[in-house]
Amino acid sequence: MDLTTTYLGLKLKNPIVPSASPFSHTLDSMKRLEDAGASAVVMYSLFEEQIEHEALALDHYLSSTAESHAEAPDYFPEPAEYNLGPDQYLGLIRHAKQSLEIPVIASLNGVTVGGWIEYAKKMQDAGADALELNIYYIPTHPTMTGQEVEDRYLTVLREVKKAVTIPVAVKLSPFFSSIPNIAARLEKAGADGLVLFNRFYQPDIDIDQLEVVPGVVLSTSDAIRLPLRWIAILRGHLRASLAATSGVHTAADVLKLVMAGADVTMMCSALLKHGPKRVTEVLEDLDRWMQEHEYVSIEQMKGSMSQRAVADPSAFERANYMKALQRYA
Amino acid sequence: MSLPTEKPNGRSRPMVTIDGNEAAAYVAHKLNEVIAIYPITPSSTMGEWADEWSANGRKNLWGTVPLVVEMQSEGGAAGAVHGALQTGALSTTFTASQGLLLMIPNMFKIAGELTPTVFHIAARTLATHALSIFGDHSDVMSTRSTGWAMLASASVQEVMDLALIAHAATLEARVPFLHFFDGFRTSAEVMKIEQLTDEDMRAMINEDLIAAHRARALSPDHPVLRGSAQNPDVFFQAREANNPFYAACASVVQKTMDKFASIVGRQYHLFDYVGAPDAERVIVLMGSGCETVHDTVEHLNTYGERVGVLKVRLYRPFSVEHFLKALPTTTKAIAVLDRTKEPGASGEPLYQDVITALMESVMNDLLPFRSLPKIIGGRYGLSSKEFTPAMAKAVFDELAKPNPKNHFTLGIIDDVMHTNLDYDPTFTIEPDDVVRAIFYGLGADGTVGANKNSIKIIGEDTDNFAQGYFVYDSKKSGTTTTSHLRFGPRPIRAPYLIDRANFVACHQWFFLEKYDVLKAAIPGGTFLLNSIYGPDEVWGKLPKQIQRQIIDKKLKFYVIDAYKVAQKTGMGGRINTIMQTCFFAISGVLPKEEAIAAIKNSIQKTYGKKGEAVVRKNFDAVDQTLANLFEVKVPNEVTSSMELLPPVSEQAPAFVKNVTARIIAGEGDSLPVSAFPVDGTFPTGTAQWEKRNIALEIPVWESELCIQCNKCAIVCPHAAIRVKVYDEKELADAPPTFKSMPYKGTEFKGMKYTVQVAPEDCTGCEICVEVCPAKSKSEVKVKAINMKPQPPIREREKANFEFFLQLPEVDRRDVNVETVKGSQFLQPLFEFSGACSGCGETPYVKLVSQLFGDRMIVANATGCSSIYGGNLPTTPWTKNQDGRGPAWSNSLFEDNAEFGLGMRLTVDKLNEMAKELVLELSSTIGEELAKELVEANQSDEAGIYEQRERVRILKQKLETLKDPRAKRLLDIADYLVKRSIWIMGGDGWAYDIGYGGLDHVLASGRNVNILVLDTEVYSNTGGQMSKSTPRGAIAKFAAAGKPTQKKDLGLIAMTYGNVYVARVAMGANDAQTVRAILEAEAYDGPSLIIAYSHCIAHGINMAKGMANQKLAVDTGYWPLFRYNPMLEKEGKHPFKLDSKAPKLPLKEFMGLEVRFNMLDKTYPERAKELLTLAQEDVNIRWGIYESLANAGNGHEKKHDTVTTS
Repeated sequence: MDLTTTYLGLKLKNPIVPSASPFSHTLDSMKRLEDAGASAVVMYSLFEEQIEHEALALDHYLSSTAESHAEAPDYFPEPAEYNLGPDQYLGLIRHAKQSLEIPVIASLNGVTVGGWIEYAKKMQDAGADALELNIYYIPTHPTMTGQEVEDRYLTVLREVKKAVTIPVAVKLSPFFSSIPNIAARLEKAGADGLVLFNRFYQPDIDIDQLEVVPGVVLSTSDAIRLPLRWIAILRGHLRASLAATSGVHTAADVLKLVMAGADVTMMCSALLKHGPKRVTEVLEDLDRWMQEHEYVSIEQMKGSMSQRAVADPSAFERANYMKALQRYA
Repeated sequence: MSLPTEKPNGRSRPMVTIDGNEAAAYVAHKLNEVIAIYPITPSSTMGEWADEWSANGRKNLWGTVPLVVEMQSEGGAAGAVHGALQTGALSTTFTASQGLLLMIPNMFKIAGELTPTVFHIAARTLATHALSIFGDHSDVMSTRSTGWAMLASASVQEVMDLALIAHAATLEARVPFLHFFDGFRTSAEVMKIEQLTDEDMRAMINEDLIAAHRARALSPDHPVLRGSAQNPDVFFQAREANNPFYAACASVVQKTMDKFASIVGRQYHLFDYVGAPDAERVIVLMGSGCETVHDTVEHLNTYGERVGVLKVRLYRPFSVEHFLKALPTTTKAIAVLDRTKEPGASGEPLYQDVITALMESVMNDLLPFRSLPKIIGGRYGLSSKEFTPAMAKAVFDELAKPNPKNHFTLGIIDDVMHTNLDYDPTFTIEPDDVVRAIFYGLGADGTVGANKNSIKIIGEDTDNFAQGYFVYDSKKSGTTTTSHLRFGPRPIRAPYLIDRANFVACHQWFFLEKYDVLKAAIPGGTFLLNSIYGPDEVWGKLPKQIQRQIIDKKLKFYVIDAYKVAQKTGMGGRINTIMQTCFFAISGVLPKEEAIAAIKNSIQKTYGKKGEAVVRKNFDAVDQTLANLFEVKVPNEVTSSMELLPPVSEQAPAFVKNVTARIIAGEGDSLPVSAFPVDGTFPTGTAQWEKRNIALEIPVWESELCIQCNKCAIVCPHAAIRVKVYDEKELADAPPTFKSMPYKGTEFKGMKYTVQVAPEDCTGCEICVEVCPAKSKSEVKVKAINMKPQPPIREREKANFEFFLQLPEVDRRDVNVETVKGSQFLQPLFEFSGACSGCGETPYVKLVSQLFGDRMIVANATGCSSIYGGNLPTTPWTKNQDGRGPAWSNSLFEDNAEFGLGMRLTVDKLNEMAKELVLELSSTIGEELAKELVEANQSDEAGIYEQRERVRILKQKLETLKDPRAKRLLDIADYLVKRSIWIMGGDGWAYDIGYGGLDHVLASGRNVNILVLDTEVYSNTGGQMSKSTPRGAIAKFAAAGKPTQKKDLGLIAMTYGNVYVARVAMGANDAQTVRAILEAEAYDGPSLIIAYSHCIAHGINMAKGMANQKLAVDTGYWPLFRYNPMLEKEGKHPFKLDSKAPKLPLKEFMGLEVRFNMLDKTYPERAKELLTLAQEDVNIRWGIYESLANAGNGHEKKHDTVTTS
């Protein structure tokens, strides 16, 4: 069975790629993912805030108490050099490239044009095969228009593209008025691929402490519906690679998304729940199902049920809503 | 010493801008293999440099990284060095003051065994009537009899040079060397100097002598015995056997100095004379004062005087021969200046040496002068007292008199014994081509750092010579700093503060109303002010005195709103880069473009490794500064009527007004001897008069949201937020904005309740707001207390606080002190300390003062708590309306437990004697009263109150009695009231230097309460590792993270079985803290409370200190427990675990604090390893505690025990 696929111009041995997760924090766990069969690995995200603020916070804590008392010129020893979060990240890319055979996709997460973008180049120099640019922007001011939000995405992408020659995928949120339009504009601005979609961390409220608390809820297979629809719609319109992320837990999920048009499917919650071995299990199931159903390759299947390829394109559109309601009734 | 005109051997050496400590450490680290250290101001940074360099892999001259080991005390460091030397290593240490005293026993041994080594000493005052961290020679003078050579450096350059000379000479002489320089002058003075190279050192050190040292070492391959015990028959002769080495030592040193001159070009002598070859009047001294007299001599001689100065380099062995040769034969009068005091001696030590030298020369007919010169001696510069050219001139003037005053003092007004020499304070020798700048800043605003940086730029980027010296006040929060910078075309020899400045910068507006910042400005000088008011409006906001001086002195006046620029560029409260840019822009020391480039270059060097973001924000600040710097057009007339604020209120007591206020105002130098107590005794209750107004924002109470939990009061580190319950009728004269609400509990039903902030004493730390649990139901960010800007509400809240203070204190008998809420109705007798804003220690200290302050005596170990508790000008320890309050004293760092035990012994003995006398006199004073007095139950406030009443009646009766026993009883009757002894200090004391004593006191069974304010580092001296430091934390002397786990002091103490032990963390469980403190006091035996104290040395947001404490407990990092031996007696299980099993991983806590997370940024792999081990530590410790607690399940059942029957 030929499970190979091409994503961001990279030839991958199968369509299962672990997305940014704690598994990429250490070389050891990345190695376990490779051994389990993952075809590439997306590293955890290096955040703009981490690049900018970690240094600033460290400087604040080290300098704000210095030179304040005759007996204590400062409170910490001065190291010869710092190995801040970004430096460690770059070091990990280097080590991963030395130890892994599968491609390593670095992930950069930010929303403004600033010094942090230099890290795209540094990731490339460290050996990253591609870059996933996670633009995780939450507009909170009513004067901010949708157009401005989209422009921000495009500007950040253009700056990153200027800095690197390796392929760049943009990880998007689903909250755009016209996903095909922003997708097309991103492609025009240089995106080599789109990753659909970012599952934002949703805040929660602690009603006892009256505090807003971060909450991480792992996905289930149901979550693939959202990327599935938009990948099916976009497949016919874009040349850029498409990666599906959210809710990929089983071989069936992979099959559906590939049929919709995904070049790769990205796993996170399933790995957090079951560990790297889940990749092996899904690959085995995938192989078995494809054999049973007499498919010969992933490429053959890819996009076979995209909006353009299905008999009833309205199935992905508003009209399908009516059908769903009728069935429910 | 003369500066080289050409470099011998054609070598060029780098010019560096460093302080004396770094200069000494640089040489010591190059020339040693084993370095044992212990922190003590002002020598700590020498050890820190050595540790840091070794941690960063810097190698010594022979290519190996010196081994640096921190010990538990200076005594320990000296012992370790002794051992290292005996086994053949090149070994050194650094210390000062009390630390040097602790080394003395080993010093005798090291010298007695003729062992080459050099100890580097930042000479500091010894504690006598008071501790002082500042400089004089009283410490080194205490080691005169040890048999060590003593070599004195007078400047930073000399520190580097003589350090090398000492290391080279000791190897040949075999006499150990004490190389010393003035603490808090030379140790901390930043100077541009020439740095010695490895080649210089290699050329100076004779490796054959190192081989000889190694050959003498203890080795099982050629075993010897050293350190024998000897009897009267031989000890004396054996002690004399090393005399030839001492006889040769001076020559060895001179030979080494000559060799140094041939290599480096600077020629030193055992005694260096500077001045007229035919001088008649000569001053003899050593240390940094030599520089002052040197310049004064040159100045006076250009005006036709014939004077000179003899700088003593090698003080021991004192070479009479070299001394006599160094003096001009024309000498007729000599003044010997000693920077030390030996009460009762016929003169200070150097004076006595000079007298002896001259008298011996007379007796041996070797006097090189026509007749014996007049010799006078005087004391100067104790505790870094200024020593200026004006004072040096006064000495020369005195020498010119027919009958000069002997045994004089300099620089003070002695109106008691009239010892002081008068001097003309207007006399100056500062040349016009030296730029002198003074900068007033706050500790937190970066002023000192910026100026150190400027000195480096000037020193290293221009041909100028540069000098910087930095003065701090003694507060840990809102510290005022004064930076003194000089630069000019020639080497600067001015180890004294600037009192005539061409440039004055005031980095904080509020200083204008507190200090006369322009006092030192010279006519035509420049004044730079950080002002929120622009060039057009600033004039109208200035106090009268400032306006007057700007006009009269024709000052050029510039303003910048530095905080605005800082905010805009992400610098927050740090205005360092901005003010530094202004200084360069205005002073013209470099062309503007070059200056900007140099500042940016320096920013890149300083911050580059911390990341681009830090560099960028500083660059932005530089770029935006010039556009915001404006020259002010100075009007011709004074328009202001604003006067400087009085340092204390008119209501203050006489001593505070006459003495304390002058110190607060910065005029302490002008106080005469008679102003001071003769024995170091000071009144308490003085901090209340020092209104510091350092908070930009203060908490404001929203009564309608308040649930009256009193948590805000218990956590307040400064006792600046108070609560009271009182009768409604008290509100009759309340100020209109005074807030009040009905009390919600049952115990004071019908009464009123108020939370009140002391607006001028609050430091704005926000801890109270952080812990306030009451949130608005409609807008949760609004709490029952919220931070609001202080200036607009200062006057209003000041009136409210004054009203609040006069509300009656609650009757202690009515309060349920066992609760957090109840405890806070008791008056704090520790208030408004100068501790860091948000200090984690002071809430515990304050709580103890509330619970027992009216009957407590405190033994306080040296450290943060002794500084915020006892550093002049004021003390936070105070009294209640009856005049009762804590009596406080600090003995030493190392002996605090013993000191407190001594107090207990007195209290016990005098209580016993009082009871004996009561019983003896019972028939006279009444059997019933006597019985009640002796058997009184004083276990609660009611019992204490009743006993005080009985003692009052007893005293009335005794007054009328003629029996001498009645008089004796009258003197000690107060001891019949229970007294509470509190032994307090930090972990440096309890875990390290004082541990032996602490252990002994715990074992004594005596009723003392020991409060360990555990910050897990030596906080006071800058965050050095202690045995309390946890595994994985970065600290000074543990730059790569502490590899071993924290000592479990509580567990050790519990093994005694009869010690009450509690581990508390107020931020995690305040109720447990209150209970533990009450139980400790109630327990009639030794009690140990280990209190988690968050600290700025942890690198945390101090406002969240209590939240960090909670997380420390929730992760199992700091389990809470109480071990109460009383319960055992009652058949109950004595150990109670007060916190739940860890519910979060340790990394959740460690990630919050720079002391832990910095390791991940410096040694990530090691960080992971240590985190894993630290988590294991937590798990294991929890397991131990849990099993201890579980052992109590079914405790009442009979255990299988082995009996003696």
